[in-house]
Amino acid sequence: MALKETLTLADPDGFYQELIESQRDMSEDEQQLMNAKLVLILANEVGDRAKISAAIALAARRPMGQSFMPLV
Amino acid sequence: MLKTYDAPVYDYVCSQEQKNGQVKRHPVVVIGAGPVGLTAALDFAQQGIEVVVLDDNNTVSVGSRAVCYAKRALEIWDRLGCGERMVAKGVGWKLGKVFFKDKLAYQFDLLGEDGHKMPAMINLQQYYLEDYLVDQSKLDDQIEVRWKHKLIAIEQHDDYAMLTVQTPDGVFQMEADWVIGCDGANSDLRSMIGAEFTGHFFMDRFLIADIIMKADFPPERWFWFDPPFHRNQSALLHRQPDNVWRLDFQLGWDCDPEEEKREDNIIARVKAMLGEDVDFELEWASVYQFACRRIDQFRHGRVIFAGDSAHQVSPFGARGANTGIQDIDNLGWKVRLVLDGVASERLIDSYHEERSFAADDNLLNSTRSTDFITPKSKGSRFYRDAVLELAEMTDFAKPLVNSGRLSKPTPYVHSSLNSVDEDAFDGDMAPGTNCADSPIALAGLDGWLLNQLGKGFVLLVFGDKPMDKISMAGLEVRVLCVDQDLQDVQGLVRQRYDGKDGTTYLIRPDQHVAARWRNFDRTKIEAAVKRAIGGI
Repeated sequence: MALKETLTLADPDGFYQELIESQRDMSEDEQQLMNAKLVLILANEVGDRAKISAAIALAARRPMGQSFMPLV
Repeated sequence: MLKTYDAPVYDYVCSQEQKNGQVKRHPVVVIGAGPVGLTAALDFAQQGIEVVVLDDNNTVSVGSRAVCYAKRALEIWDRLGCGERMVAKGVGWKLGKVFFKDKLAYQFDLLGEDGHKMPAMINLQQYYLEDYLVDQSKLDDQIEVRWKHKLIAIEQHDDYAMLTVQTPDGVFQMEADWVIGCDGANSDLRSMIGAEFTGHFFMDRFLIADIIMKADFPPERWFWFDPPFHRNQSALLHRQPDNVWRLDFQLGWDCDPEEEKREDNIIARVKAMLGEDVDFELEWASVYQFACRRIDQFRHGRVIFAGDSAHQVSPFGARGANTGIQDIDNLGWKVRLVLDGVASERLIDSYHEERSFAADDNLLNSTRSTDFITPKSKGSRFYRDAVLELAEMTDFAKPLVNSGRLSKPTPYVHSSLNSVDEDAFDGDMAPGTNCADSPIALAGLDGWLLNQLGKGFVLLVFGDKPMDKISMAGLEVRVLCVDQDLQDVQGLVRQRYDGKDGTTYLIRPDQHVAARWRNFDRTKIEAAVKRAIGGI
């Protein structure tokens, strides 16, 4: 199951800001709890188990160091 | 000493064979007179096999221990003649409530449908259960329970095993065609055989306490995650007969079990849970830890393991004793057909195939519950708490709450004894599934379908009755015809079995479906019977 490689969200900066600001007044534990809830809610929205498994695998992958190095 | 129950003390009797020193061959010797061993004795006797049970003690379970007995186990005991007594004494319940901190997060109802003789679940102290099983065994002179008989050695031969047994009168030997190991999670027999018993231990401890209390709480299972009276741990409240209540407190790994067992500490925990003013007496308490593990092979030569000696699960879900009873349900008829020479030992091997499949299913469910109840990392704790908080707000999270998935039979969907469906059927009664009960009438009297099945193979036929029985290769298969032999008074037999005129089910002696067709075809039936006894 291939996941989308292009962004589907309009206003990416606005989305990111909303995400960060929702946790502004939270303790670290509260942030983690909220993130866990968000994962569960979004997983239920996606519904497709194969897609969710692919997302779990991608999120769990450790990046190889060089892939984050800028190419010069 | 319990205040609500006087444990019987069974007499030690020196056997004739020990007195006269003559080694005797027995068809079946069962090791251990707990729920599984005693059920085995009743099942073998019902199959017409003489059975000796050896137990190193002379009484029933100390403490209530296993408390929840599920519908399938009750149906098996009903087939063996003592299920009704258990249900009459037990506390029936079907509602489970799950609390997170101080709020109700979720509740579930166990009983999906009416029209079954046995309830979804009862609570009954293990000592009552064993007491009733011993009483039942006394009614059959094919059963001999020998108390104060300790197995100290076993030697396996090609077609029998030699047992060395110690009694108050010394040591003697006996031979058995088959030895059934029902001596629990710490089975000595398993160690003597050298079988592997692998899995993992959970680094956690639990306190169980039985208290006597006159309280108005309803007969429901109440489970708390992280309650105000027991922070960061779980707790459980459950009702048993005689105004005895089971409390269960998760303690964590760092606790001192000896401290926790002290009466004043237990009383303090109970008061924190139920209030300072509540009037109760402590009946029994124990601190336990648990493991999830399984034996490599259920059969080792002439020795067959059943119950906790073959598989051990966490207590969440009541999957220990209940699945042990289903092991026996699977085994009794197979041993009989092999002893009679009707089936080959391949039928005994199908016991491992079917019951190890069920054990793996139980282990999976019980490990999942354990991971939810006792999260092993900070991250999994956040997910657990997230599920519980969401469950209060939205329905989608409720099925994710896992305070124990309560014991249900595992259908043997891939069993080599099944014949694969050739015709289309609706409903749940696929080959390998245990038969659903239904209300019926027999000669004008109300009855139950399951009470008509069992002991031998049965053909359940809808519509016209083609013949009374099929005799083949040492077996007699009885035909039971819906409409002629019994009346489907509420139409539930037809509904649950998708029964149309001509529909034919082949049902095993353990009340499981072996094969089914849309018409009665003797050639196909005989082939399916052969397959169901390990012939193909």
